[in-house]
Amino acid sequence: MEEEGINSGPLHGLWAVTNRELKKWYKEPFIFIISLVQPIIWIGLFGKAMNLGEIFSAGSLNIPGLDLPKQIIDSLSQEVLKSTFGTTNYFSFLAVGMLSFIVLFSAMSSGMTIVWDRRLGFLNKMLTTPLPRGNVIMGKVLSSVIKALVQAVIVLLIAVLLGLTFSAQFSVFSLAITFFALFLLAMGLSSLFIMLAIKSTRWETQMAIMNLLNLPLLFASNAFYPVKFMPYWLKPVVMVNPLTYANNVARAMLIGVTPTASVAFSVLYLVSFAAIFSFVGIFLSWKYISS
Amino acid sequence: MTDPIIKVVGLTKIFNHTVHAVDHISFEVNRGEIFGLLGPNGAGKSTTIGMLNTLLKPTEGTALIDGIDVTKNPSSVRKIIGVVPQEYTADEDLTGWENIMLIADFYGIPRDISRQRASELLEMVGLTEASKRNVETYSGGMRRRLELAMGLINKPRVLFLDEPTLGLDVQTRTAIWEHIRKLKSEYNMTILVTTHYLEEADEFCDRIAIIDKGKIIKADTPENLKRGVGGDIITIQITKDGKDVDLALKGIQGVTEIKNNSDGFITLKVVDGGAVAPEIIRALTQMNLNVTRLTLTRPTMDEVYMTYTGRNLREEQTTSEETFTMRRTMRKARS
Repeated sequence: MEEEGINSGPLHGLWAVTNRELKKWYKEPFIFIISLVQPIIWIGLFGKAMNLGEIFSAGSLNIPGLDLPKQIIDSLSQEVLKSTFGTTNYFSFLAVGMLSFIVLFSAMSSGMTIVWDRRLGFLNKMLTTPLPRGNVIMGKVLSSVIKALVQAVIVLLIAVLLGLTFSAQFSVFSLAITFFALFLLAMGLSSLFIMLAIKSTRWETQMAIMNLLNLPLLFASNAFYPVKFMPYWLKPVVMVNPLTYANNVARAMLIGVTPTASVAFSVLYLVSFAAIFSFVGIFLSWKYISS
Repeated sequence: MTDPIIKVVGLTKIFNHTVHAVDHISFEVNRGEIFGLLGPNGAGKSTTIGMLNTLLKPTEGTALIDGIDVTKNPSSVRKIIGVVPQEYTADEDLTGWENIMLIADFYGIPRDISRQRASELLEMVGLTEASKRNVETYSGGMRRRLELAMGLINKPRVLFLDEPTLGLDVQTRTAIWEHIRKLKSEYNMTILVTTHYLEEADEFCDRIAIIDKGKIIKADTPENLKRGVGGDIITIQITKDGKDVDLALKGIQGVTEIKNNSDGFITLKVVDGGAVAPEIIRALTQMNLNVTRLTLTRPTMDEVYMTYTGRNLREEQTTSEETFTMRRTMRKARS
């Protein structure tokens, strides 16, 4: 009965698991579009509504009693913006921050799929086949990474349409580095959220975990504001948050903001983050996926 | 002569150090046999199947599938078994075709082979047309047939069916069993099946093991099981209960056993039911007791089940608080 051509290699079925998740996604474009709405709203509301560039300009800023020339106010404002955000364009600053935001939200939902698979018995079905255990998790991580990066591309395109201006040094190379950093972030975050879901049977628990972590992770990073004006107690949190490093890389590469930690260090930090969490995730799944 | 393909010795599963879901069971299943596991909820059927199909790790004991140890070499076991779980596991967002091909990929079957095999299997279960539609549009019977096809994609030597007809209407249940029978005859496949429906087990299984509280109470062919119960069964209902009723009934020739059921019925095991029944009525009438109902039955699987487990399977399902608690515990333990 043993047939020829059966693939029992350690990676067999990996693409099948990945593609299953992706299929559910591209067969249901509505969900795909919905997931893009939020970061776009953030770009629109935060980036455009809070128009810092306009606030700090001679048109709106006028100090009574002092008859400062328009030029001085303008250049003063530009300097304030530049020293705060590293760029005079707050919209660009925020739009780039939204790339790690979409990666975070996309990766977060990856844990949900494993909870559903467990509840609906699909996980058990997978586990009775010769599919290597690690591939169950790797496939989910991989599909989540692909989804996150596709969404990041779309968010970036929309940001460009809305007026994101690249730095003078911008090239294909800087784009590649940026997406490499986002890839690492997606990899680590997906592994983390799948790991948190591995023993869970209730999607309510998973929702609670997601709600507990999403906004704190987002706001305790440099996605909206630069680190240097944060209170001392918040800084350490922000400095371990991987989102901060992804933003550092993306801002340095795309809009030329000099980062608080160097690009090389940031990339290294993200490499370790992704490596540790995907390794631990696969190890734990091996151990805990079945009883 | 016998050629066991499944060999289970002292298999035990203890959840949370306290719940003995399966307690040192041993049995053998012969090649090409349809072997039924019968028992109430929480008896340990699903846990037994779970250990045999490598989902659960046994606490103790060994199980061999075609000579391969399920604990020592689970990945080799997975290649030669097919599993159709109790739940509907097919992905609702994918089509029937996509689902079966997905499972084929999990087994690492090359595309050219799996494509051909998938269309054969879908043809066999009558889903060729529907296979282009998303599974969410399928009826219960269609889903079950798809699960069956999915469980067969690797041409398993042993197929595990956990409650294959649960919740389906009678017609669909018969159709599913016809498929199972066809598999047995065409591929000489060994099938291990659990079921709630006693008449199905009676009709379709070659051998049946009655399992209760984690132990196998009796394993034999349906005919032998029924014969083993001995004689006919008379069930009577009387207007009121008397102390001497038992005594009077015992005095009647041909009555071998009397059992007072909790629901006010008295079950008697008798040698020649047709002759004994009038005697029973006469004796009770003499005692001024009115027999309001009398039924005479040849032994069926229900009686067999009743005799060996002391319970009625149908009542068990709906009323037992204990079973419910145990199931909940086990579900939590398993997750």
